[in-house]
Amino acid sequence: MDLLANKTKPPVTKPLNAPLDPLDMLEPNIRLTARDVTVHYGAKQALHGISIDIPDRAVTAFIGPSGCGKSTFLRCINRMNDTIEGAKVGGRIELDGQDIYAPDLDVVELRARVGMVFQKPNPFPKSIYDNVAYGPRIHGLARSKADLDEIVVSSLRKAGLFEEVKDRLNEPGTGLSGGQQQRLCIARAIAVGPEVILMDEPCSALDPIATAIIEELIDELRTNYTIVIVTHSMQQAARVSQKTAFFHLGNLIEQGDTEEIFTNPVNKQTQDYIMGRIG
Amino acid sequence: MPNTGAEHIVTAYSEELLSLAQSIAEMGGLVEVAVENGTRALIKLDRELADVTIIADQRIDDMQRRIDEMAVSMIARRQPMASDLRAIITAIHVAGDLERIGDMAKQLARRSLKIEGINLQPTFYNGVKNMTALVLRQVKDALDAYGNRDAAAAIEVCNHDDEVDAMHTSLFRELLTYMMEDPRNITTCTHLLFCAKNLERVGDHATNIAERAYYLATGKQLTPEVQELQRQQIKI
Repeated sequence: MDLLANKTKPPVTKPLNAPLDPLDMLEPNIRLTARDVTVHYGAKQALHGISIDIPDRAVTAFIGPSGCGKSTFLRCINRMNDTIEGAKVGGRIELDGQDIYAPDLDVVELRARVGMVFQKPNPFPKSIYDNVAYGPRIHGLARSKADLDEIVVSSLRKAGLFEEVKDRLNEPGTGLSGGQQQRLCIARAIAVGPEVILMDEPCSALDPIATAIIEELIDELRTNYTIVIVTHSMQQAARVSQKTAFFHLGNLIEQGDTEEIFTNPVNKQTQDYIMGRIG
Repeated sequence: MPNTGAEHIVTAYSEELLSLAQSIAEMGGLVEVAVENGTRALIKLDRELADVTIIADQRIDDMQRRIDEMAVSMIARRQPMASDLRAIITAIHVAGDLERIGDMAKQLARRSLKIEGINLQPTFYNGVKNMTALVLRQVKDALDAYGNRDAAAAIEVCNHDDEVDAMHTSLFRELLTYMMEDPRNITTCTHLLFCAKNLERVGDHATNIAERAYYLATGKQLTPEVQELQRQQIKI
């Protein structure tokens, strides 16, 4: 029987001269997987079963009106909601196949792997050097002062800040401009060698020039990191991301390639939101 | 021309989109009249009508400039997305095609001024009239498909372009016969050959408008493959 069955099956391997399927080449690796993620704040349900795959080495943007749950979901990815009293997270989120809500998981280590940059730049009241060196120190990533120096310099370089601050590494981080402070926070997140960087409206407190610099930086960082960005600016989502997910009232309404979402979205709610219409 | 049934939060934005759509419709009306007048001036050798058609083309050119300016201003100020973006981009293209159709009508009128009286068979004039009627229907159907965002109607227009081409070939052969019969006809018939070509080009621009209408309605480009698929579905 088996022999007969095999005879009728088409060959599994493609002939060498078969045309390459572009989808095969473009299919990205999935870094983060969320399935049926729910969040309750006390009795109030903030997220209603979010399922999404987030690709590696790409920028995924979460868009949606205020209170739609995009930041709540972002905070689930590095378990920031654990710190909120009464918050209860359901469903499953996996980073590289590993359940990040597993009881034996080290949350501090998770947050080193999944860094976060906030809306308002929040450098520590320490020197520029110490801001970046803080994470590597507590995680024991540097064996010597020279090691630490190297991590600080390379992180500042990756964040596009080194040239501007190299002569004043011992001055307070809080003395920098808003855009520089945000890049310092990005350098601080990069310093502990994360795989994923979460950004919660990283440019909303910045002027257009500082915003453009951060966007340029995000574009550079995506070659090495998985980036998830929450933004209220649809133009920003369209500019920096490759994938976009639209949230509304705690639901994930539509997700897909950014170009498709902004030129030809399928869902009417998505269309109305991105075009600035009232349904 | 909201396609989701929802209005913009900023009402001025909705009004601008509506005004853009109305301008295209108005320009379409002017262009249809121009082609009709151009052909009539040619067939009847009506010099007055020819002059009117040539002068009227300036207004069509002005409208194209105005539509371009409106579109650029909206892109700069409103950052349009999705179907709004498509509506604005296609408006620029459609206005360009309409302007070219206006030029074709002007060419018909100009050539009518150069033609001296000539006795051709009534079948030839009927052929020109029929071709004009067909390309005008193509332009009208394309503009309707555009205004109604009707993808199926847009494909229909593209499929009918073969008929325009066939008519052009038929007129071309007829004119060659006249030229061979009497070499004194060559100058006039050459002018008329260009006129037939102009009408055929109007049909091509109508097809372009239909392709834009398809893109506006679906967000996808109307490729020959899509057209062929549609033809096969109709056969089945």
